[in-house]
Amino acid sequence: MINQIGAYSLYICLFVSVYLILKSYISSKNFDKKIDQTFFATLSVQLFMTILSFFTLVFAFVFSDFSNITVFNNSHTLKPLFYKISGTWGNHEGSLLLWLLVLTFFLFIFFVTSKKMNVRYRILTILFQEIIILGFLLFILFTSNPFLNIFPIPDEGLGLNPILQDPALAIHPPLLYVGYVGTSIIFSASLAALITKTVDNVWASHIKNWILISWIFLSVGILLGSIWAYYELGWGGFWFWDPVENVSLMPWFCLTALLHSIIVLKNRNVFHSWTVILSITTFSLSMSGTFLVRSGILNSIHTFANDPSRGVFILTFLLFLVLLAVFIFFFNQKNFPDTYQRSFLVSRETSILINNWFMMFFLSVVLVGTAYPIFLEVINDAKISVGPPFYHKLIVPFLIPFLFFMALGPNIKWIKDKVKKLNISQIIFLILSFVISFFIVLNTNTNYLFSTLLFTFSFYLFFNVINSFQKKNSNLSQKVSHLGFSIFMLSILFNGILSKENSANMKVGDEINFLNKKLIFENVKVESDSNFKKLVGEFKLNDNGKIIHFKPEIRVYSQPETITSEADISSTLFSDNFLVFSLIKNDGFFNVRYQHKPLMIWIWISVLLMSLGGVFSFFKLNEK
Amino acid sequence: MKNNKIFYFIVSLIVAIFFVLLLGLKEEKNYSPQSENKKLNNSISLKELYSGKNIFLNDLLLENELNLINIWASWCLPCKAEHPYLINLNERFDINLIGINYKDNLDNSKKFLSDLGNPYDEVLVDSDGIKSIELGAIGVPETYLINNEYKIIKKFIGPLDQDDYENIISLIKK
Repeated sequence: MINQIGAYSLYICLFVSVYLILKSYISSKNFDKKIDQTFFATLSVQLFMTILSFFTLVFAFVFSDFSNITVFNNSHTLKPLFYKISGTWGNHEGSLLLWLLVLTFFLFIFFVTSKKMNVRYRILTILFQEIIILGFLLFILFTSNPFLNIFPIPDEGLGLNPILQDPALAIHPPLLYVGYVGTSIIFSASLAALITKTVDNVWASHIKNWILISWIFLSVGILLGSIWAYYELGWGGFWFWDPVENVSLMPWFCLTALLHSIIVLKNRNVFHSWTVILSITTFSLSMSGTFLVRSGILNSIHTFANDPSRGVFILTFLLFLVLLAVFIFFFNQKNFPDTYQRSFLVSRETSILINNWFMMFFLSVVLVGTAYPIFLEVINDAKISVGPPFYHKLIVPFLIPFLFFMALGPNIKWIKDKVKKLNISQIIFLILSFVISFFIVLNTNTNYLFSTLLFTFSFYLFFNVINSFQKKNSNLSQKVSHLGFSIFMLSILFNGILSKENSANMKVGDEINFLNKKLIFENVKVESDSNFKKLVGEFKLNDNGKIIHFKPEIRVYSQPETITSEADISSTLFSDNFLVFSLIKNDGFFNVRYQHKPLMIWIWISVLLMSLGGVFSFFKLNEK
Repeated sequence: MKNNKIFYFIVSLIVAIFFVLLLGLKEEKNYSPQSENKKLNNSISLKELYSGKNIFLNDLLLENELNLINIWASWCLPCKAEHPYLINLNERFDINLIGINYKDNLDNSKKFLSDLGNPYDEVLVDSDGIKSIELGAIGVPETYLINNEYKIIKKFIGPLDQDDYENIISLIKK
């Protein structure tokens, strides 16, 4: 019964979608000054039907309705309620339904918040957005229907991947999706604006809010994924340059570039075509991300679907959308307003353009590293593995000039500024940063010129941002976000050069000494939880008289049978102490890994600060 | 006119990427570098250096000893640098050291071992480097510590140094 409700509401959505595409296409041809009331009604129906269908699935998960094949494959009666709910989007079918929900929800919000805009522009945005919605509906209904029946009804489900049973990971996908799907509005709106010749500063300030929403959610979504990897995967890192991580990073770079260029469009009415190109690229990258992750072309924990027909569908749909965008772009290129305004080399515009170049460079590095192995394998049947050294070598050196320009940029005025701006305080900052960095690097016996420079310019940015808080004229959100980035760089750098690690095989009662610390393995207990059994280790670390207790766990899940190691992390504002243990042999020995990671928590805080800057900008706090 | 060329270029580029990815979908999905803490793929088999016989990597792993897999090549200078550590490890400790010879010329690799000494209990040949990548290698040399559940519990990327050496010894002594 419940499956039917879900499935039929999706079919209604499909009809509404087809209707809206035809309707908006016709209205866009012979538009009158007022928008038809049926748009509001049909969009509401569509939104309601999607919500209904989504909550039907949530309901089926909560009440463990195993007549539904998605629930049967991904849930179990013993799962805690929270993970039953998060199980709804922890699988391929359900996650697509969530995509669809956000797509229709955003379109609805767009429609009600864009009343001041040009009528034809609104109708065309609905047209493009409905094309995307239709594509997803067809994909869901014909290749990944979450409402398929199973008969006879099984008594018990197959379970949810235990590694995904984690609070951070339960909310990581929805946040990331909001970010991804937000870019679809940017895409549709920029195509609509292109056709209606309204790519201008009014449009820029209207679409800027959507860019901010996507950017904030994407940033926080990536952050949560990264936090999860830090304590769940048990290796103490927070970014592994895994292809799946990279596909979320690529739209982020693009969106960050767009966020900056839209400011120029808004204030100076230049960079029209570049902004539109970025809008199209951002969405294409989000879609490609979905394709790469969901098609199984990359193998990873995120790969839910290994059915090639699904991959072919997303790929064809992606090709269609990208080609559509390219055609519209080239045929309407002449529509860009002819408002040539002279810009000078030393100006805010230039500094933002520099940001965009760097973003494009970082994006290309990640794109090459992620896509090249796939291409090489297809074309040449050769396999290569691109790992962290590739990304570090190509990205890290370029961070030095990037940080420098980031420190200077916000101080420069629009249109034209004087080079003399490099005044005494700047030189003092630079010297001060260099001296501090020099002593930091000196004391850590990694005497690289390179790390000194990275530290210098990170501090330089930090001092500049702090200094800018005194000035009243520049905007708050930019200062907060840039402060976040400088803290991000500094904490990564400190973390990188000051992290310590030790691993040893120990059994209960053992005691080891390293780096002036003493680690005692006190006890192991077996405990059981509702859906897993666990071995809890009890460790005591004596760090120069300071005692820290650790209780890392080894969890044995029964449905399906999986063993995971849960690290125990004691976080303070200054450092994280990270301890994880795993089974090696059956003779009572465990492999124990201890890590000391300075300023770890600041990496998370700094990303939140960056996002907070976006939130400030969204609520227009800086215009007061 | 110029814009037209760019247009055709972009469209053909996109279509080309489409076809490459389409072909990519049909490829067998064994391109998955094994990360730490995952079980070794039990289908990895390679030829032995001297006999040329095909051997499954998992068959070489011993239950009662610490297993180390070392990926090396005769053309790789850092491998020469870490070689004394490997020799020391195998002479002085009970350790099962398996060498994987990465993208190498067979004669050169045999000469390398006869000149510098052979620390390995077994040497397998990975002439095209595919199996090493499946194991998760990014480059040579790399050394993996494997437990009796066939899980990689530690990866040493790059040549072993004194710290790594002591780290391995501390694990063996227990």
